[in-house]
Amino acid sequence: MKITNLIRLAIRALQRNKLRALLTMLGIIIGVAAVITMMSIGEGSKLSINESLSSMGSNMITITPYSNEPGGATMMGSNLKNLTIVDVEALEKDAPNIDKISPLASSSGQAINGASNWPTSIQGVSPEYLDIRKLEIKDGIPFSEEDVKSSAKVCLLGQTVVDNLFPNGEDPIGKIIRFNKIPMQVIGTLVPKGQSNFGQDQDDIILAPYTTVQKRLLSSIYFNSIYASAISESASIAAVEDVTNALRGTHRLRADQEDDFQVRTQEELMSTLNSISSMLTTLLTAVAGISLVIGGIGIMNIMYVSVTERTREIGLRMSIGARGIDILLQFLIEAIMISITGGVIGVALGVSASLIISSLLNWPASISDTSIIVSFFVCAVTGIFFGYYPALKASGLDPIEALRYE
Amino acid sequence: MSKKILEIHDVKREFTMGSETVRALKGVSFDVNAGEFVTIMGSSGSGKTTLLNILGCLDKPSNGIYMLDNVNIKELSRDALAKLRNTKIGFVFQAYNLLPRTSALENVELPLLYNPSISTKERRERAIASLEAVKLGDRLDHTPNQLSGGQQQRVAIARALVNEPVMILADEATGNLDTRTSYEIMSLMQELNQQGKTIVFVTHEPDIAAFSSRTVMLKDGKVQKDTQNMNSRSAREALISLPVSDDY
Repeated sequence: MKITNLIRLAIRALQRNKLRALLTMLGIIIGVAAVITMMSIGEGSKLSINESLSSMGSNMITITPYSNEPGGATMMGSNLKNLTIVDVEALEKDAPNIDKISPLASSSGQAINGASNWPTSIQGVSPEYLDIRKLEIKDGIPFSEEDVKSSAKVCLLGQTVVDNLFPNGEDPIGKIIRFNKIPMQVIGTLVPKGQSNFGQDQDDIILAPYTTVQKRLLSSIYFNSIYASAISESASIAAVEDVTNALRGTHRLRADQEDDFQVRTQEELMSTLNSISSMLTTLLTAVAGISLVIGGIGIMNIMYVSVTERTREIGLRMSIGARGIDILLQFLIEAIMISITGGVIGVALGVSASLIISSLLNWPASISDTSIIVSFFVCAVTGIFFGYYPALKASGLDPIEALRYE
Repeated sequence: MSKKILEIHDVKREFTMGSETVRALKGVSFDVNAGEFVTIMGSSGSGKTTLLNILGCLDKPSNGIYMLDNVNIKELSRDALAKLRNTKIGFVFQAYNLLPRTSALENVELPLLYNPSISTKERRERAIASLEAVKLGDRLDHTPNQLSGGQQQRVAIARALVNEPVMILADEATGNLDTRTSYEIMSLMQELNQQGKTIVFVTHEPDIAAFSSRTVMLKDGKVQKDTQNMNSRSAREALISLPVSDDY
C-alpha cells in the first residue's frame, strides 16, 4: 500500500476514536510540554545569569585571603588578614596581564544624615574600582588618586543609600553625612544596578578612598580583598597566574606551602552557576523524559487493544491481499500519528506555558529550537518504539484465525 | 477444452494438536475449468473449511499439488500468497466482513489499495463500476450499518469483483440471509457466472447447490461425489415462484 494511503488510513482510524486517541496522546502531550517548559526556563535563567555576570565585568578577578591549614580550622576568608598595600603594589609592578587594580577594605555601620539613618557598609577602594566593577557615576564626580593619598573624607553613594538618607529628594551632592561618627562629604552618586543574581542589593553601598576607610574607620592595614581586571577576557587565565606568582612572592611562601589566598575569575563563577543551572535543567528534563516513556507505554497499551479489537479487520485485509508489511505499517503509522500529534500539541502547550510563566512570574524563558526539534524527534521515536510490538503482533496474525475471531 | 483455473491433485492437510494428528483432508482431487459454477458441499467436519482455506491461498496443503491459474502455491512465500489473493481471488464471506463506519465505496476500493499499480482515479472508477454491477450504484456513500444484510453481501460481492479475479470464492455466502435474499444473491451469482466468472461456492444447503452447474460432495476429507448439474435451477425464476409476500 502506498504511504499516502496508509497515512490517510491512520487519520481515519484515529478520527473514529477521537476521545481515545486524545487520552492516549495525553501522556505524550504532558511529557513534551514539560520538556519544553523546563528547558526554556532552564536556558532562560542560564542566559540571565550570564548577562548579569558580564554586566559586573566579565574580566574581573577577585583575590581573597584563604587558609586551608592541615589540622587546623578552615577559616572564613573575611576573618583572615594577609592582604596589604604591599600586595597591591607588587601586582601593579609584576602582573603584566592585569590592567586595573583596586584593594577593598570594607566596614559596616550606620550612615547618618540629620534625622535619617541607614545601616549599610562602606567600601574603601581605589578610583579604578569603578572601571573594574563597571560602576558609573550618576551625579557629581568620582574621587581621585589625590583623595586616596590624603585619606580625604569624601564618598560616593549608591541609590539605596541616597533614598534612605535623603528621603525628601534633596540633592545629596556636597552634603556632609556621617558614617560611624566620621563626617564625610558626598561628592557623587552611582547609577543603580539593581539586584544581583544572589538577591543582593547592589545599590546599598558607600564608596570611599581605601586609605580613608583603613585609617579613619578600621585602623587597620589589611584589605578584605583585592579586585583587578585582566587586560582582556582571554587573558584572565594568564592574569590569574601572574597574580598567584606575585602574591606567593610577597607572602614569602615556600614551594611546598599552599596558597594563603584565592584568586577567582568571573568566568569560574559563571561556569559554577551554569553548571548548577544545567544540572537542574538535566534533572527536570529527565523527569519530563520519564513522563514521555509513560506516555509511550500508554500508546503501546492502546495499540495492543486496538489490534485485538480489529483482529477481524486484519484477517479481512490479509485475505484480500494485504502483506504482513502492509499491516505492520498500518498500525505503526497509527502509533506514530498519535505520538506526533501529541508532540505538536505538547510543543504548542509547552511554548505557551513558558511564555505565560515568564510573563506572570517574571522568570526569564528562552524557547530554543533544539528543544522543539529534539522533543519532536523523541516523539517520533517513542511512536516507533512503542508502536512496533503491537504492529508486529498484528502483522504476524494468521488470516484464517483472524477471520474467525469473535 | 476450456482453461483450467484450479487443479487439485491428491491434496492432504494434517493438523497436529498436541500429540494427536488430525487428518482433515485425506487426498482430494478435482479440477475446475474457467466459467464453471461449482458448489462444494459437505456436512460439518467433512473438511469443507480446510479445503476452502487452501483454495483461498490462506493455507497450504501438507501434501499434494494445488495449482491456481497455473501457479503452484506450494512454492510461494507468505507475501507472494498475499499478492496472489489480491489479484486472482475474490472472497465473499458468510459474515460479509465489511469495515464498519466505512462507506460502501471505500469498502469496495480496499483490495485495489493493496495493488500499487492502480492509480487513485482508476481505483475509484473500478469500485463504482463494480458497485453498479451489483445494483448498488445509488448506495456509494452508505456505511454497512445503513445497509440491509442482502445489500451488505452485495457490497462484499462488489469488493470480490473489483480486482477482476480469476475465481470468486464464496464461503456460506447466503448463510446469514433469509430465503428471498439468498435467492437474490444466487441470482446475482448466476448472472456473474453467465458473464464468464468462475465461481466456487462452499455451502451445506442442497437448496443453494441446485443453482450451480456442478456439485462436489465432501465426506470425511475425501470427495464422495462429483456431479454435473445439467439443468440447474434459475435463481430468478425461483425468486418469482416464491410467495409474493411472506411477511407475517
